[in-house]
Amino acid sequence: MPDVVIRAEGLGKRYLIGHLANRERYSALRDTIARGARAFARKTGDLLHGRPIIQGDEIEEIWALRDLDFEIRRGELVGIIGRNGAGKSTLLKILSRITEPSVGRVQISGRVASLLEVGTGFHLELSGRENIFLNGAILGMSRAEIRRKFDEIVAFAEVEKFLDTPVKRYSSGMYVRLAFAVAAHLEPEILIIDEVLAVGDAEFQKKCLGRMSEVARGGRTVLFVSHNMGAVQALCSRGILLSAGRLLAEGSVSSIVESYLAGGSHSVRSHEAPKRELSDSLNLEKLLLELNPAAIGGEVTFAIEFTSTESLRVTDLSILIYSELGVRVAIVDLRMASSTHRVSPIEPLKISGQILDLPLVEGTYSIGLFIACGELRGDFHELTTLEVIRPTSGSELAPYASRDRGFLDLRSKFHVG
Amino acid sequence: MKEVTLVLEAGRAEQHYWRDLWRYRDLFLILAWRDVAVRYKQTFIGVAWAVLRPFLTMIVFTVVFGRLAKLPTDGNAPYALLVFAGMLPWTLFSSALTGAADSMLASSQLVGKVYFPRMIIPVATVVTALIDFVISLSILAAVMAWYRFAPGWQILLLPAFVILALVASIGPGLWISALNMKYRDFRYLLPFLVQIGLYVCPVGFSSSVIPAEYRLLYSINPMVGIIDGFRWSILGGASPLYLPGFALSLAVVVFFLWLGVSRFRATEKSFADLI
Repeated sequence: MPDVVIRAEGLGKRYLIGHLANRERYSALRDTIARGARAFARKTGDLLHGRPIIQGDEIEEIWALRDLDFEIRRGELVGIIGRNGAGKSTLLKILSRITEPSVGRVQISGRVASLLEVGTGFHLELSGRENIFLNGAILGMSRAEIRRKFDEIVAFAEVEKFLDTPVKRYSSGMYVRLAFAVAAHLEPEILIIDEVLAVGDAEFQKKCLGRMSEVARGGRTVLFVSHNMGAVQALCSRGILLSAGRLLAEGSVSSIVESYLAGGSHSVRSHEAPKRELSDSLNLEKLLLELNPAAIGGEVTFAIEFTSTESLRVTDLSILIYSELGVRVAIVDLRMASSTHRVSPIEPLKISGQILDLPLVEGTYSIGLFIACGELRGDFHELTTLEVIRPTSGSELAPYASRDRGFLDLRSKFHVG
Repeated sequence: MKEVTLVLEAGRAEQHYWRDLWRYRDLFLILAWRDVAVRYKQTFIGVAWAVLRPFLTMIVFTVVFGRLAKLPTDGNAPYALLVFAGMLPWTLFSSALTGAADSMLASSQLVGKVYFPRMIIPVATVVTALIDFVISLSILAAVMAWYRFAPGWQILLLPAFVILALVASIGPGLWISALNMKYRDFRYLLPFLVQIGLYVCPVGFSSSVIPAEYRLLYSINPMVGIIDGFRWSILGGASPLYLPGFALSLAVVVFFLWLGVSRFRATEKSFADLI
């Protein structure tokens, strides 16, 4: 049997994206018509050549991945690390055969199962029992295999009592547990996992991590992508660091995490989140934290704004605060007890508030959002950062280095004797 | 499980496509079952929809074509029965076609997140149309009993024509579902085509009203041969089968199946990039 299970040679993936040319603020009708005619002529050409239609006036080629060469051996646990847009998800999509590479090749030996999202294909109208079979089949299990593991899955998810309830009546916790439980019982030779640990409560996350290392001990190869450096370090032995579509480094996981962190401090980070599309209809217009840098014990004002092209209810919304290592430190829960947030084309959703007595140790924190809004439900990472600094204090003692002080700056007192 | 080495490369055809398709047969069954299970959830009259729509169309067509336009029926068959024998394959074909054509877009969530032979999705939706068809067969039985019209031995060949109608819908269905991913125009075009098709195909009238010299030309429309086949099978000897036309329709069905499968296979790999 070959020892190398995945070998990539010169792998690259190119996307074409269109954007609007710089337009003048006021354009004459003539210009608009001329532009429309040009776009129509181009679309006609695309259609005749069987190319997809790309919106916009100018087409740009971007390489999501470029010149990737690596080998992964049997039984290895490999963490794939990189900032947003580094090409991690594209790489996983190629390896899971969802999309094909534009150049280069990958050779894979063995059955691959990928988990790019928990609960793929869950149908809200169907019961938990039915969804186990549906989801299992989608992930590549046979019916006999699912039937054999059914009890185990149900026990793992802790949903025995609600097996015949449609999953639309499930709490979000139950839903996620059930979804992960099905996925956790896959037994492929190569398992590809993207960020699924960012779900559920702490205890369940621990259970998931445990289950994954169990899978790995069984001699399987695991590829793991996460923002949680703690989880990557706990689970993986080797790491691959991607940056802007290229392989920046590979080696032992600790050295890779180190170079990831080192790279981070040099890159420019903005404190205001750029406008971002969260789904087809929902956009994040603004995510602003002030003062930034903030002082330990100080007050941080936040402002969030969403716009939408249709009328939506935002049922869950939280600000997520992550440490540099990607450990979730705290959240700011923005649900309302008596009603839900609404956003519509006419009325954007604006929320503002304060975090009082900021108890974080100095350092750079990554800010994300958790949103549930109709079909959309998930975490959005690294939207902006929060810098926390230590105000000059009158204390005579020099403080310990921040990395030795954990996450929280506790207020305490003591006496002797 | 036997170890297989898989090579992923730009433009490289899948070596094990058909074997993969077979390996994922459980997924096919479960997706088909899912579509059937959720089809009539949260509706008031439920499965009755499958019965009601063709039944009402039959009444309207019988009145318009049979009573008002006074078109001739085949042999001694009651006009309502003639219409219904045409409605059955048409409803089967059109709902299978629309279902299959929309299916890829409707499952874009799945396509972006997991691998499986994509052909499973459009083909699985066809099963829903088949179930509706089986249900509406009960009306056929009722209408036949009402007119005291007994079918001949030809009825035994009905399953063959049902399969033919399904195959006829799968070909264009695959093709349009692939086109739909790239050019969403087909979402708006298809319902329109289906609506026109209802009048272009011999649903409300017998294809024997077509002048003899044009009959072969008319059979280029594959549904002509299939609807004639259904009538021959259900109405017994009353509606003789025009064999050259039937053979031509059959050839067109096979051509569309080939076209659909090959176009679908050619674009399948880029689906995830088009969502």
